[in-house]
Amino acid sequence: MSTQTSTQTDTDLGRGIAPTAPRRGGGLGQGRSAAGFLAPFVILYLLFVIGPTIYGLLLSFTNASLVKPGLNGFAGFGNYGEALGSGDFWSSLWHTLWFTILTTPPLVILGFVLALLANRLGRGRWFFRLAFFAPYVLPSAVVALIWLWLYTPALGLLDTALAKVGMTPPSWLGDAAWAMPSLAITTVWWTLGFNFVLYLAGLQEIPRDLYEAAAMDGAGPWQQIRSITIPMLGRTTTLVAVLQVIASLKVFDQMYLMTQGGPNFATRSILQLVYDEGFTNFRVGYAAAVSMLFFIVVLAVSAVWFTLVRRQEKVV
Amino acid sequence: MTSTTVDTGVTMERIHSREKLFNRICAGVLIAFALLWLVPLAWAVDTALKPNEETTRTTWLIDSPTFDAFTRTFRDTDMLSWYGASFIISSLTAIGVVIVASLAAFAISRMRFRYKNLVFWGILAGIMIPGQVLIVPWFREFDAINLLNTYWAVILPQLPAAIAVFIFKQFFDGLPRDLEEAARMDGASFFRVYRRIVLPLARPAVAAVAIFTFVTTWNDLLWPLLVLSNPDLMTVPVGLATVQGAFGIRYADTMASAILGAIPLVAVFLLFQRQIVQGIAGSGLKG
Repeated sequence: MSTQTSTQTDTDLGRGIAPTAPRRGGGLGQGRSAAGFLAPFVILYLLFVIGPTIYGLLLSFTNASLVKPGLNGFAGFGNYGEALGSGDFWSSLWHTLWFTILTTPPLVILGFVLALLANRLGRGRWFFRLAFFAPYVLPSAVVALIWLWLYTPALGLLDTALAKVGMTPPSWLGDAAWAMPSLAITTVWWTLGFNFVLYLAGLQEIPRDLYEAAAMDGAGPWQQIRSITIPMLGRTTTLVAVLQVIASLKVFDQMYLMTQGGPNFATRSILQLVYDEGFTNFRVGYAAAVSMLFFIVVLAVSAVWFTLVRRQEKVV
Repeated sequence: MTSTTVDTGVTMERIHSREKLFNRICAGVLIAFALLWLVPLAWAVDTALKPNEETTRTTWLIDSPTFDAFTRTFRDTDMLSWYGASFIISSLTAIGVVIVASLAAFAISRMRFRYKNLVFWGILAGIMIPGQVLIVPWFREFDAINLLNTYWAVILPQLPAAIAVFIFKQFFDGLPRDLEEAARMDGASFFRVYRRIVLPLARPAVAAVAIFTFVTTWNDLLWPLLVLSNPDLMTVPVGLATVQGAFGIRYADTMASAILGAIPLVAVFLLFQRQIVQGIAGSGLKG
């Protein structure tokens, strides 16, 4: 095909995009231009997403080390067997889940309630968005510095405030039982704004006349929330909850910065285990296997989300 | 509607007064939470404005407010160099993501080619692969091509952002096509249509993706921490994480460094609040 004819076909097909325009020519004439548009993304995608995923899978079956070149011999399922039989793996998986359990309900429920209130109020929305969302744009390192100071034993604002009302403050980050809840509190403060904004957007899509009609039928505010707002926000809630679970499972920064996984490894998350094994102990193959096991957990959560969304779409 | 209001005037009035009370309670709860949320930030600022010796007396009052802690932070840390690194890395990543993703999205939204669905779903699958599970292979990869301790190591893996393709595609699909069809009929190339018509119309999506990418790249810790061990290249989060312990009990200095680390993003947030929020809402709800 000469250049000229190919250009000609392109032009004709361009018209074919409109559903009303007459369709002429085959469906393949735009292939070459399309390849040009897709190439930069696809090449980078293969190099830095698909390629590394396959390479990571491969590494997970080897004894690869950070300080030795090459794959250093195949290990079969050895790394997986070791991970599944190791206390460190299960405890860091449990810490990650425990963190997810501690953060998801408050972040979803508070995000919903506060967005609902802000939406009802109408006025001063910029102020609430500032208060709740501003922490979300801060780097984790800034958040960690601020909260380490708030949690400082005896001198910190929290301890002083609790002492003033006659309560004995716990040893926030120093106590194995309290460290994770403390990290969860910090995280709720830090990331609530994200869910708040998602819910606020969802609320604004609910038509106002639904509420007016309900009010006309004598429904009070509480009934309106129960019978209109909550069902109408079903999809938003699924989305917020799943994004939240995935974000919480990927936790690393807070622990790394605030407790270094301590005290006594009580807050080491699965990603920190990958970091420790791969980059402190140089066990690349083992770290890759732990990454893959973690990836399976994330995929399972995403799969649950897909089924939920499918089901919701069928109902609607 | 008017007739109904007249008929049930009394009931409506009762509902109205009930709603007014309800709204007042809502406002009270909301304001209480908002103030609670501002306390940590306010306390950080308050601490930073004290001399270090004063910080151990836990009170909001400051006897002799001073900016010394900020001056000391600039003197004792590489804050300016961190700003520079973060700015270069975040800007290049944001620009790169916008270009690469909008080109791909344009092809998927506007062109007809074989295996289009396969390509689109292949890209969408990327949303499921979190970068965090790829740190080990990435590290080996960048080590092999000798790009560790360069800005490229931080920028390149962030460029193929599947979610950005998705956002652009959704936006392009919603744009009216009359203008492009006319241009195509006049013989304009696809690239011209993309560059001169579609991209300018998609300004809101471009802004949302660019700013959101800028903020998330600026805040990234794990991967930059692994690849930027050279102090001259460190970003703000990596730099802060590295010097974190060095302040000891100089709490005013610690808070000053936290605030200085926060300022660029607070500025971005105040300037582009709407686009950031749209970016989140757009990516989420239409999924």
